[in-house]
Amino acid sequence: MSIVNDSVLFLVLRRMRTPLIVMILIYAISIFGLVLIPGIDAGGISTAPMSFFDAFYFISYTATTIGFGEIPNAFSYGQRFWVTVCIYLTVIGWTYSILSILGLLKDDALQRALARGRFQRKVKNLSEPFCIICGLGETGALIAQTLDQVQMRFVVLDTRAEPLQELELGDYQADVPALNADAQLPSTLLLAGLRRPQCKAVLAVTNSDEANLAIAMTVRLLNPGIPIIARAEHAATAANMNSFGTNFVVDPYALYARRLGLAMRSPPSYQLVECLTRVPGSAIPELHQPPIGKWIICGYGHFGRAIVQHLDSMGLHDNIRIIDPRSTSPDDHLSIISSGTDANPLIDAGIKEAVGLVAASDNDINNLSIAITARELNPDLFIVMRQSTSGNSMLFEAFDANLTMVTTHTVAHACLSFLTTPMLSRFIREIEKQSSDWAESALAALLPICAGRVPFVWTTRINHIKTPALTQVLQHTDLSIPLSALMTSNRNRTQPLKALPLMMERAGKIILRPDADFPLHAGDKIIWAGSREAWNEQKLTTNYSNALNYVLTGKSGADSWLGKLFNT
Amino acid sequence: MNLEKVVFGFFILLAATLNFGFFIGDIARPELHHVYELFAAIVVNLIATTLKFGDRTQIGAIHLATSLVADLQLIAAAITWGVAVHVLQVGMTPEITASVVSLSGGALFANVVSVILLIAETLMMRR
Repeated sequence: MSIVNDSVLFLVLRRMRTPLIVMILIYAISIFGLVLIPGIDAGGISTAPMSFFDAFYFISYTATTIGFGEIPNAFSYGQRFWVTVCIYLTVIGWTYSILSILGLLKDDALQRALARGRFQRKVKNLSEPFCIICGLGETGALIAQTLDQVQMRFVVLDTRAEPLQELELGDYQADVPALNADAQLPSTLLLAGLRRPQCKAVLAVTNSDEANLAIAMTVRLLNPGIPIIARAEHAATAANMNSFGTNFVVDPYALYARRLGLAMRSPPSYQLVECLTRVPGSAIPELHQPPIGKWIICGYGHFGRAIVQHLDSMGLHDNIRIIDPRSTSPDDHLSIISSGTDANPLIDAGIKEAVGLVAASDNDINNLSIAITARELNPDLFIVMRQSTSGNSMLFEAFDANLTMVTTHTVAHACLSFLTTPMLSRFIREIEKQSSDWAESALAALLPICAGRVPFVWTTRINHIKTPALTQVLQHTDLSIPLSALMTSNRNRTQPLKALPLMMERAGKIILRPDADFPLHAGDKIIWAGSREAWNEQKLTTNYSNALNYVLTGKSGADSWLGKLFNT
Repeated sequence: MNLEKVVFGFFILLAATLNFGFFIGDIARPELHHVYELFAAIVVNLIATTLKFGDRTQIGAIHLATSLVADLQLIAAAITWGVAVHVLQVGMTPEITASVVSLSGGALFANVVSVILLIAETLMMRR
């Protein structure tokens, strides 16, 4: 028996002790009384008392209020007195016992133990690969929804009950095992299946850096083989996590600053990256062109510092003005000590001739106030805002800044692209190296495919497990199969699939945007962007030789004996 | 001193002593084995069993097992008695008495194991 089921049983037994003892005592007293009191016969002569068996029998049907009318003899007055007492005693005893059982069902400890048992069973029954999401805040919820969309299974842990209730009400395709427990405890993570072979990754995306650190450490020690994706809002946490080999530390501020730098260098590259990392099915991000010139940074916290660093690296060191209420040491940049919410410090910082402003404080309302004042002073300003709480989304939408950095979304997008397409981060590094013309031509090829929505991004690995039919043909025939075979519909081979090959990796070498007639080899890895239907159809082609045969030759194969019979 | 431990030890010992009181005496002579003693032994044994519920330790599990054995034996003795007197109406013949008393003897053995466990557990505890 498992630990959890055991504890439920023991808990119930322990709580039932008092009611059971009360019932035993009441029965014993009642029976004993009846055994002592003499009876009476029809002639009014006193007879021997009831035997133990008669007394037990009588009390059994009286105590349960069955009220069976069958009595051996009419009672004497002594017996009647005692039976009156017995009836009240036993009814009170039963009532007390039943109320105790009902109370036990509502007991918090029991409910928790039962929930753990259910959770453990569900995790045990997961036969597909799954990942563990620790923390179901805004980030966790966004990740959960998207993973569900791309048909990956996951397990959820959170210390709060409300997000888990919302998860139960949510519209999920798969059954999601969720537990209200602290993921920092090793036992909780083990219960969530950390050591199961199907467990593919752990995401530490709670709101607290400390908790994420503890989770990452626990996972590293208990199951060193598993990738950990952890969110870190402070540079110190990120460094700490990296020190013990956390696979993917998501520092949303550094990540966003890097993207902003990319947007300034090459706007189409930025649009391409955003297009590939956002949640599939959402609207295509617009093209933004953050101007190069004088920038004002309001708030020199973690985010502000990350942005300043990137601007510095682009040679804008002398064009940066920092406004921050704390007297920080902004590394030789010109700075003003103020919150920046009123006009004077902004004018002092030179808002009139500035081209851009970053409202980077950790207070959403202050950021809005800064941005509104700044836009009044200089309507052409390019405004980047930081939004910490998604509850304020309506305000930020109403203001309509050029770019809004939503911390939770940034983290979620980064985690998702790492989980669903591990090769994507490599592709993004390649994009960063390419010129804006290259990005523009890639976008021109991508946009017709995705019909205004962010496309699905997936990886095809050519091997025996993922693409058996294709690998079979590649290894056992000299037939050269071009990449275009994977871009052809297996229903009508004259029609192309809505899929674009972005990058191919062959023996460690990278080929960007391979041509359609590029020959495939076993062991290749290809990143695609396209529609979900294209992805499904491509999977079919690579898995079934009939479909592959049709795509390659135009003949529909007849593999089964029935099919052959019909064809001859 | 822990009141819960006092109650626990009290019931275990009382179960054993009552059982012994019923068992002692010539095995075939019904006048030496009173039905009240058997009744008291059953009731106290049941209470002792209930007190042992909900202990997860190994020793707790053995405790519970010995008590369940004693209950089973004593209830079997009571049923034998009842059937002989009321159903078969043969009364307490030496054979019936012997079988009732030997069943309670089995229960006594289980109760003795229980007491030994109690003593062992107490000795193992160090201050």
